[in-house]
Amino acid sequence: MSAVRPIDRVEGTAIPLRGDNIDTDRIIPARFLKAITFSGLGEHVFADDRRSMPRHPFADPAYTGAEILLVNENFGSGSSREHAPQALMRWGIGACVGQSFSEIFLANATTIGLPCLTAARDDIESLMKEAEAEPATPMVVSVRDLSLIAAGRTVRLHLAPAIRDALLTGQWDATGLLLHRFENVRQVASRLPYLTGF
Amino acid sequence: MGQTLLQKVWDLHTVRTLPSGQTQLFIGLHMIHEVTSPQAFDMLRRRGVGVAFPGRTFATVDHIVPTLDQRRPFADDLAEHMMAALERNCDEFGIRIEGLDSERQGIVHVIGPELGLTQPGMTIACGDSHTSTHGAFGAVAFGIGTSQVRDVLASQCLATAPLRVRRISVSGELGPGVYAKDVILEIIARLGVRGGVGFAYEYGGEAVGRMTMDERMTICNMSIEGGARIGYVNPDETTFAYLEGRPFAPEGDVFERAKQWWRSMASDPDAVYDDVVEIDGSVIEPRVTWGINPGQSVGVSETVPDPASTGSAADASAIGEALDFMGLDAGAPVAGTRVDVAFLGSCTNGRLSDLREAARIVRGSRVARHVRALAVPGSVKVRRAAEAEGLDEVFRSAGFEWRGAGCSMCLAMNPDRLNGREVCASSSNRNFKGRQGSPTGRTLLMSPAMVAAAAVTGEVTDVRTML
Repeated sequence: MSAVRPIDRVEGTAIPLRGDNIDTDRIIPARFLKAITFSGLGEHVFADDRRSMPRHPFADPAYTGAEILLVNENFGSGSSREHAPQALMRWGIGACVGQSFSEIFLANATTIGLPCLTAARDDIESLMKEAEAEPATPMVVSVRDLSLIAAGRTVRLHLAPAIRDALLTGQWDATGLLLHRFENVRQVASRLPYLTGF
Repeated sequence: MGQTLLQKVWDLHTVRTLPSGQTQLFIGLHMIHEVTSPQAFDMLRRRGVGVAFPGRTFATVDHIVPTLDQRRPFADDLAEHMMAALERNCDEFGIRIEGLDSERQGIVHVIGPELGLTQPGMTIACGDSHTSTHGAFGAVAFGIGTSQVRDVLASQCLATAPLRVRRISVSGELGPGVYAKDVILEIIARLGVRGGVGFAYEYGGEAVGRMTMDERMTICNMSIEGGARIGYVNPDETTFAYLEGRPFAPEGDVFERAKQWWRSMASDPDAVYDDVVEIDGSVIEPRVTWGINPGQSVGVSETVPDPASTGSAADASAIGEALDFMGLDAGAPVAGTRVDVAFLGSCTNGRLSDLREAARIVRGSRVARHVRALAVPGSVKVRRAAEAEGLDEVFRSAGFEWRGAGCSMCLAMNPDRLNGREVCASSSNRNFKGRQGSPTGRTLLMSPAMVAAAAVTGEVTDVRTML
């Protein structure tokens, strides 16, 4: 079935990406969705923004190899394309920390094992400033402790208990769970009027 | 204490509560298309898992199909490859597909309702965020990503968390020239593009009660643009009348029994909501977006906002970024903005009634000389019905191109796209940077009638002056 890989913590440097409502069309423009695999998406992440904004963090060599993406409000709004978290992950991101995430993006990211945690606005601001001033600052995101430690400071993170649990137990890939005791699924199907001719 | 439709449907479809606290939710109808499904089928193959309920998944093709020359193989190899993959996958796993050779092909959110697949009380999922459209029928419908498509194929279930319900009640009567599109743009402008996160939106009130199914679909379609993954309208006589006689709708006595059940799934009169918002429909104007997200819209008689006169620094910077990208002047009237392209179509506004309203404005006029105009029906059925009424001739003789069914210029995965910094008056749903295929292209969202007006005059125009 599926591999179970618990996700407890993510360590590395951070890449700060400022702005609210950064949508999935910007994370991965639609023309890159014309493929039947996800491989290669990493190199196209923010393809258009990188070209139009010369100082885009994803074009800045100082952030090459960063693992933790810092964002503001409603990151990942718009299209349901899983290609967006896939592209970020394939670029090298292992966790996202932001003020808030769009719901479908959050679900997609969780399902592929990319934790997205939230923090207070002021905390995000100070973390972004830290990563801007010193891109090499090591940071540690703990899914277990719901904290981010950077430069000797601890920032409190938030994550829905169900998502935290799924990540910690490695059950973020739900297929196995959903197939467990499948007779229960058939039972639900058998009580739905629209499947049984009303 | 009464229940909402969301609670009733959720409870009925709950298989169990997972150890994490999420719900294992049974999905009654799963729709797939060529873009977000191929990787899901590959995952099934790698894991040696089959499709649990092949009869509950329906496939069509919409995102990548060319609307001009639909002959196979497509000129675009990548598109041809995706199309072939879907055909192969459906064949291998025994899934019904309405492809380009079918009279039932079209945008997934247009054909589901049109075929009567979409029904009240169902849970519906599709790898597309505009799946909320189907909520117009009183279904609980939402967009999912590819790994979740895999989960639905494998188990007909999803692991998901329950939502709160916000009732949005639109009172009064909409003025002439004001449409469902204007209502939803007003709602998003008012509640914000992330106001709906964590909520399902239940739309009601006199104005919504009077709306046709096409109009309700337009409203529910854009719920996700307000951050709400789900939007729905309680099923009523309008819903039932729409469904009667559709190919996949129940017939005869069964239809009567179905109606009773559908009625019972509507929110109870004493249902308790997590939030309630009241909107006076009679004061809504035709709306136009001026920015780079669907919450950035104004009434057509209003002006583009000025970053200098907004409260917060964050708002000022967001407005500044949008105006900079759009090339619009702070404080300028939105009417009179010159457009280069007019696009009629999409899952938001590509239905017969949308084309009729646009044709009313276009009839006997000519598209402005500098404007490239496209009319793209949402499905083959819509196209045939429009042609039977002669709407294709109205559009063609006005200078519009009349195309085949597909997503077209809404999202730039097919040959229809903006070039350079073109400004497009568009009946679609997203004005994000680069959305219509050119990284610097600019989108103004509006109703189909407003698109028609802009096509004819060559600039943003209050359609009420042309009725």
